[in-house]
Amino acid sequence: MQWRPSATIERLRQRAAFIASIRTFFAKRDVLEVETPALSQGTITDLYLDAMKTQHPLPDQSSATTFYLQTSPEFAMKRLLAAGAPDIFQISKCFREDEIGRLHNPEFTMLEWYRRDFSMQSLIDEVSELLKVLLSLEHVEQLTYQQVFMDYLSFDPLTVTSEALRDIAKQYQLDDYCQQLHAANYGHVQLKDALLQALFSQEIESKVSASQPVCITHFPASQAALAKLSSSHAATALRFEFYYRGIELANGFEELCDAQLQQQRFEADNKARQMMGKPTRPIDQHFIDALREGLPQCSGVALGIDRLLMLALNCDSIAEVMSFDIQRA
Amino acid sequence: MANFSTNEFKAGLKIMLDGEPCSILENEYVKPGKGQAFNRVRIRKLISGKVLEKTFRSGESFEGADIMDTTLSYLYSDGEFWHFMNNETFEQIAADNKAVGDNAKWLVENDECTLTLWNGSPIMVTPPNFVELEITETDPGLKGDTAGTGGKPATLSTGAVVRVPLFVQTGEVIKVDTRTGEYSSRAQK
Repeated sequence: MQWRPSATIERLRQRAAFIASIRTFFAKRDVLEVETPALSQGTITDLYLDAMKTQHPLPDQSSATTFYLQTSPEFAMKRLLAAGAPDIFQISKCFREDEIGRLHNPEFTMLEWYRRDFSMQSLIDEVSELLKVLLSLEHVEQLTYQQVFMDYLSFDPLTVTSEALRDIAKQYQLDDYCQQLHAANYGHVQLKDALLQALFSQEIESKVSASQPVCITHFPASQAALAKLSSSHAATALRFEFYYRGIELANGFEELCDAQLQQQRFEADNKARQMMGKPTRPIDQHFIDALREGLPQCSGVALGIDRLLMLALNCDSIAEVMSFDIQRA
Repeated sequence: MANFSTNEFKAGLKIMLDGEPCSILENEYVKPGKGQAFNRVRIRKLISGKVLEKTFRSGESFEGADIMDTTLSYLYSDGEFWHFMNNETFEQIAADNKAVGDNAKWLVENDECTLTLWNGSPIMVTPPNFVELEITETDPGLKGDTAGTGGKPATLSTGAVVRVPLFVQTGEVIKVDTRTGEYSSRAQK
């Protein structure tokens, strides 16, 4: 019965209403809905995210150009902001080379939005408002990355040495994992981040977000991605993530606007990719050019619609809220 | 033997870990935002029987373990080995104390047992879920007593000791659940 949908028709009705209420939320706030291309000649350099690709010739070209499917509409939306767009949001399909599971489908739906002149905190407040509306909740918790490690694991993730972290990892049965990362040529920083992430997901995530959604802020600077570094909290970035019932829902930044710093981060990613034996990625030059032209101070966030709907409807897997999951696609 | 990557992991897959064959019980893929993906795996070590929680880097490969389950009839024990026979080919296999372990007390002649073979040698013997054994010794119970009052210990012909209801007597054959070691009923005559 593989031709049949993975969601019931009733769920699809609920999905449509859910997405309609998201559009209403942004309409009320005067945020403009936009569409950007799913295909791009440039892509992300993230160490642990891989884009799918296809080929198509451009006019006046003898050979086909490689196009990457977007892993999120981030670069194109920032290019719109640099070109003078107002506050914008988008609901779009994103694609990631990924394992398939309860919370993962290689093709999924993302809500992403950008607010000009918003600080990280202003955007966190807005995400919280949206979650309250969509999940009928009263309260959303907010804690720093440093605080939750202190609370649940009694150490400071920002100052812990690699040796001490390895000992802690051992206490939580992560010694095999540690060896595997080491054997795969993970550098000092990558190893430390991977262990922190495993400890976070294993010992903190589900506990801290069990009864209400929680926003974790100020990730270590080494996990900044496209966020600005914090001037008030040393060694941290203005990056935040929302979790609820052990599920990661949203990732956001107070956006890095400095073209040169951004270029350096992409290059550092590619260097680390090389060291780890992964293919390097073409840096999205249109995006760097837009930053050079001037991205206004802004904050942005990406939120997984399928996961959020799955939580709102008390489903066990995202397949239950998708018309056809990848195995039926 | 083929190699298996973490994305092929599923319950029942047998892999080698630290030189010991293991069976995967559960596998969960975890991908932290922007971070290295990993698999949280619950495995049973097939020789020691220990159940462990492990975290593996996603994409790691493991050698498959050559594990096969076969159904054989129990023949006899010579004190050192327990002998089993394939009823179709009449081929015999001997299992040692390590493979039989505590299950020796549930081995009944001609019962069909499951032998788990690793590279052709038995590493585990699983008796049928229910076996019938004779009571060789138990205190005489009080007349008129019914089941459910706590019962009394009874020694069976294989040396196993189980709790039985007071009305069951020496010389009777009873049915025992080998998974829990509990009395189930009197055997059907």
